[in-house]
Amino acid sequence: MAESKSGPTSGPTNPRVVPPVTRRDFLFKLGLGLNVIAASLVAIPVVGYVVSALFHRSAQQAWIALGDLDRFPVNETRLATYRNPFTRPWDGVTADIPCWVRRTPDASGQPSFQIFAINCAHLGCPVRWFPESRLFMCPCHGGVYYEDGTVASGPPPRGLYEYAYRVKGGRLEVQGGETPNLAEPV
Amino acid sequence: MPGLAERARRTFGWFDDRLHLKAIFDSTAGHPIPRRSASWWYVFGSGTLVCFILQIVTGICLALVYVPSPNEAYASLEYLNYEQNLGWFLRGVHNWGSVFMVGLMTIHMIQVFLFGAYKYPRELTWVVGCVLFLLTLGAAFTGQIMRFDQDAYWGLQIGVSIAARIPFVGESIVHLLQGGPIIGAETLSRFFSLHVFVLPGLLIGGIVVHLRLVLTRGINEFPVEGQEVAPETYAAEYEELLEKTGIRFFPDGVDKDIVFAALVLFGIVGCAAILGPPIPNGPADPTLINTAPRPDFYFLSLFAAFALMPPYLEDFVIVYVLPVMVLGLFAIPFLSNVGEKHPRRRPGAVIAATLAMTTLCVMAWEGLDSDWSPHMDAWSGTAVPTHLVEGRTPLELQGALVLQVKQCRNCHALDGSGGKRGPDLSNVATRLTEDQLVRQVLQGGGNMPAYGKNLTPAEVTAVVAFMRTLHPRGQLPARDSAPPAVPASGTAGS
Repeated sequence: MAESKSGPTSGPTNPRVVPPVTRRDFLFKLGLGLNVIAASLVAIPVVGYVVSALFHRSAQQAWIALGDLDRFPVNETRLATYRNPFTRPWDGVTADIPCWVRRTPDASGQPSFQIFAINCAHLGCPVRWFPESRLFMCPCHGGVYYEDGTVASGPPPRGLYEYAYRVKGGRLEVQGGETPNLAEPV
Repeated sequence: MPGLAERARRTFGWFDDRLHLKAIFDSTAGHPIPRRSASWWYVFGSGTLVCFILQIVTGICLALVYVPSPNEAYASLEYLNYEQNLGWFLRGVHNWGSVFMVGLMTIHMIQVFLFGAYKYPRELTWVVGCVLFLLTLGAAFTGQIMRFDQDAYWGLQIGVSIAARIPFVGESIVHLLQGGPIIGAETLSRFFSLHVFVLPGLLIGGIVVHLRLVLTRGINEFPVEGQEVAPETYAAEYEELLEKTGIRFFPDGVDKDIVFAALVLFGIVGCAAILGPPIPNGPADPTLINTAPRPDFYFLSLFAAFALMPPYLEDFVIVYVLPVMVLGLFAIPFLSNVGEKHPRRRPGAVIAATLAMTTLCVMAWEGLDSDWSPHMDAWSGTAVPTHLVEGRTPLELQGALVLQVKQCRNCHALDGSGGKRGPDLSNVATRLTEDQLVRQVLQGGGNMPAYGKNLTPAEVTAVVAFMRTLHPRGQLPARDSAPPAVPASGTAGS
């Protein structure tokens, strides 16, 4: 320490004299630089690993069969469940996703549906269908929706999220894969 | 042969020579404190620390059995409860330990605030304390997720939905929290890592800094009315106080702390033994939708806030108010740094603390009842009280049936039983006239859905006829004060 300190002290007295780079200084700076490189070699993969959930998102939508058309009578709303196609083997029951299927009167000969996410648009709690009053009610903060998914009362900022659907080979298919929320409604 | 005492002294000397035990002791546990600071008011910080150590010990034990995978988490929890020897008890201790930890930490924080202990020169101690406060709340939230029951699953869903409302970055935060497109395996693993590695690690680091800061500038002196803090003179005054009344924290000033530590442990163990661990309320299966999720008590007030505030304020509160409240907590020592410390000379501080705590407690209490939520089973499980249907006409009886079948009771109580979201209908006839009742049923409004499409005219007539009978004996139902307008028959057709 004493040596390295004595070097720079001569600097201020004569600014034109460049203080000699000692071996200690050089090694210290070299070590610093090498560690910056080494740290990035560790940090970049670590960060990449953690935030990898942010990538490949657009692909996480798929068509999933919900069942035969005659499972869903006209003018009724039924609970249906599909297995999320983007799962880990140890996801267990968390990958079983419920949704409400409302079959509306056929439009121009084609079967017509509304498929609602189970999640309340307020804060994601599971809404329940009450066929007698034709309302969806949320158990958390009292959001209520009409049968077509529009807000009837309570705090939800929008109607129920609706999944895209199609009818293929006499079966109803839903486009799912992600839990909808306000930032990313389906 | 030297005596026993002499040999012990020599052995200690041998170790002290190598480890500097005495010097370390003198600068830590043996540091001087003002005599009056060895007070019952000053035991809450050490009590919180006792809880934290207990959480580490019991947490490690629970992790021996618990499996952080959605496939097995719930089963391993059941195993802990019913199969593992004393598993239920350790779960209980861990749960009540967290309850006590959050509670004592809050009391500690209020005490520090009321005693002005955050003022010069202890600003950073307060700041680090706020960090510890947030980390502890984080540990409490992630701990509730570990239970991985329905409350945990939907609690996560609520947390994610709140995050989704943050502009621009909401979507990314959701994906980072979930670790995937839905709440599933990676979500639980993420919260497990936070709960057992990240947060405890940060807590240990934070506690070390917090205690180091206490040692560096000393524990706060007991506030004295009229004694003002001034940075120029404070160090000398504190030094003088130590010289006059200083005692060593250990062993002279620690008596109340250790008594309190024992009481805390008795309290936790007693609660665990008598009340037991929280019973998980069914596996985290999203298809089991007949559930009414509620958070643990730490977050009940926040849960209530989202039901009670006007909906248009929610985004504003998430994006601005909550962060500003947290920043405000951090900023307290920089907003009021000098002057009086004694609570009697700081009425504003006392009022602020009382108001904040009252608000939090009242909101948590409201959250417990959640009167804003429909009672999902009231329509089928809570019958119309008999005395309200005695002696009614067939039409009125039909109306009582409509009221029941159309789930009106989920939001409307009769005689206090039923949902509380809407008004109790026991006396509705005294408030609304027949026309008003018809309008309200058909068009809704005031937070009530419109039933115009869901009721036949006959059903509306019946339910209104029944509601017209709902008034106290001896008090007439409401009626229009204006005489009914009679249309002039001559002009009606023209």
